[in-house]
Amino acid sequence: MNSTPSSVPTVAFERLGFAYHPGRPVFQNYSACARPGQILAVLGQNGRGKTTLLKLLLGVLKPTEGHIATTGRIAFVPQLFQVSFDYSVLDMVLMGCAQRVGLFGQPTRADEAAALEALARFGLAEMADVPFHELSGGQRQMTIFARALVSQANILLLDEPAAALDLKNQGVILEWIFRLARHDGMTVLFTTHQPSQALAVADHALLMNSASECRFGPASEVLTEANLQALYGVPLKRLRFEHEGKPRETFAPILL
Amino acid sequence: MTRLPHPSAFRQNALLWFFAAALLVTMLLSLCIGAYPVSFSHVASAALGSLWPGSSPFPGVSDKEHIVVILVRLPRILLATLAGAGLGLAGASLQGMMRNPLVGPDLIGITSGASFGGVLAILFGLAPTAIVGCAFGGGLLALVLASGLARLSKSADVLPLILSGVIVSAFFSALVGLAKYLADPETKLPGIVYWLMGSFAGADGQKIWMLAVPTVIGGAILIGLRWRLNLLSLGDLDAASLGAPVARLRWTLIGIVSFIVAAQVSVSGGVGWVGLVVPHFARMLVGPDHRRLLPASALIGGFYLLAMDDLARSITRQELPIGLLTALVGTPVFALMFWKTQTKGWARE
Repeated sequence: MNSTPSSVPTVAFERLGFAYHPGRPVFQNYSACARPGQILAVLGQNGRGKTTLLKLLLGVLKPTEGHIATTGRIAFVPQLFQVSFDYSVLDMVLMGCAQRVGLFGQPTRADEAAALEALARFGLAEMADVPFHELSGGQRQMTIFARALVSQANILLLDEPAAALDLKNQGVILEWIFRLARHDGMTVLFTTHQPSQALAVADHALLMNSASECRFGPASEVLTEANLQALYGVPLKRLRFEHEGKPRETFAPILL
Repeated sequence: MTRLPHPSAFRQNALLWFFAAALLVTMLLSLCIGAYPVSFSHVASAALGSLWPGSSPFPGVSDKEHIVVILVRLPRILLATLAGAGLGLAGASLQGMMRNPLVGPDLIGITSGASFGGVLAILFGLAPTAIVGCAFGGGLLALVLASGLARLSKSADVLPLILSGVIVSAFFSALVGLAKYLADPETKLPGIVYWLMGSFAGADGQKIWMLAVPTVIGGAILIGLRWRLNLLSLGDLDAASLGAPVARLRWTLIGIVSFIVAAQVSVSGGVGWVGLVVPHFARMLVGPDHRRLLPASALIGGFYLLAMDDLARSITRQELPIGLLTALVGTPVFALMFWKTQTKGWARE
């Protein structure tokens, strides 16, 4: 269990560019990196290419320019997990074993034990036989986190992990993201529309300003009022306050 | 942390054995059904007598009974069971990889594509094995056209896929019509029409081989890949992130499914709705996990099509076309599923 970020990035991309249609790049010249135990937040308007960036990192799309270097296994957590068939929670977590199980094979007892152990970490062991559909949004996210643990991934990519959740579950999920990074040493990269979430947990932030311009750096330096106003076209206030004796910061958008 | 397999897994495995036993019993009983009455004891004697040729037909079994049971009914029963098992497996695999319980080999055009391929082979007077090849090519072409057309819509919805299937089916039906129009009414047309109607009546050793080889080999691969189908059914991005070679796996499965369906179409004509209805029943009984769903679909498919064929040849004095019966049962079931998905949404979201 790694708690001190080592110096070698597990996710890095340099001068990355991608275009679905030649001559019309979604973005170009994007560079960022993240080390084990670090959290990188990716912010940008709708349609800016956040999900495209995740697909590139997953290897589903191939970059048209620049290059990507990842070390280890990546686990992906989609925004709102829907399945067409009513698998049990345990079956969902077991799918994390895909890399270890041969083409014609099936998960073993040992895999099942590992899956239950992972579920137990998220307090979901009791839910193992429950249909995945019957879980709340937060519980589903945690089931997919458990699946990531089972897959022995060291990189976690999350697509707006808290977007579809109520406030309490947003907090729970952010806390888990923080723990998976600091306690398990995972490299976490998540997209979000909430600068306050990025400020709360992220070490670094990547602002996708335009197709050719991005801003990458330590979260507290990059997430400024001016940068975010340029990003979203909406004025934001960065508020400093104290909670339970600790200094805190958050963002408040001024919407009207 | 140790754990016994949960009780529902035990129950579902027991269910699979029950289906297998029920299928065997149905096959035996089917030997007794038909226009020419043969008692169960004589059927058993004839069956045993042909299993151990040295022991000669048991006393009391006439030559005629022997012919009816072993040469007429047994091949037909084997053919219907194999076809049903193949269609059940094909349907369950298609539904899994396309993430939708509303697709089936006939609904997305494979059956009509395979029909056209077969008709073309008959039109040009090709050998029976070439009919399988041409039906396979036609089925695969239809499937590629339908999924390519559906992909144009860039949505993961089922509607584009079903509409594409309708379009592709209509196109191939028109081509079949054209082939019929061009066929020589004296020599070729009767063969084409009879073949298209679909029936297990002409079952013989050759047809059994033509169906058994693709179904057993293809079915074994599908069942071998059954846990991978769980992964594919999650969606491309998720399956890829878990390390599944999505595109390769899907095309492998599509090829196998087309092969099985084409073999069925070439020996018994277009038998619709089985591949749609059977996995649905199987899912209700053993749940959505493809590890159990695929074997269950094979067993239930064999049972279902055999029972339908038994009905087809015994319900009236003249034999009913099997495709008619399966459509009469299949369409209301499809309607029911459509209603369910409209009121509840399949993914319950």
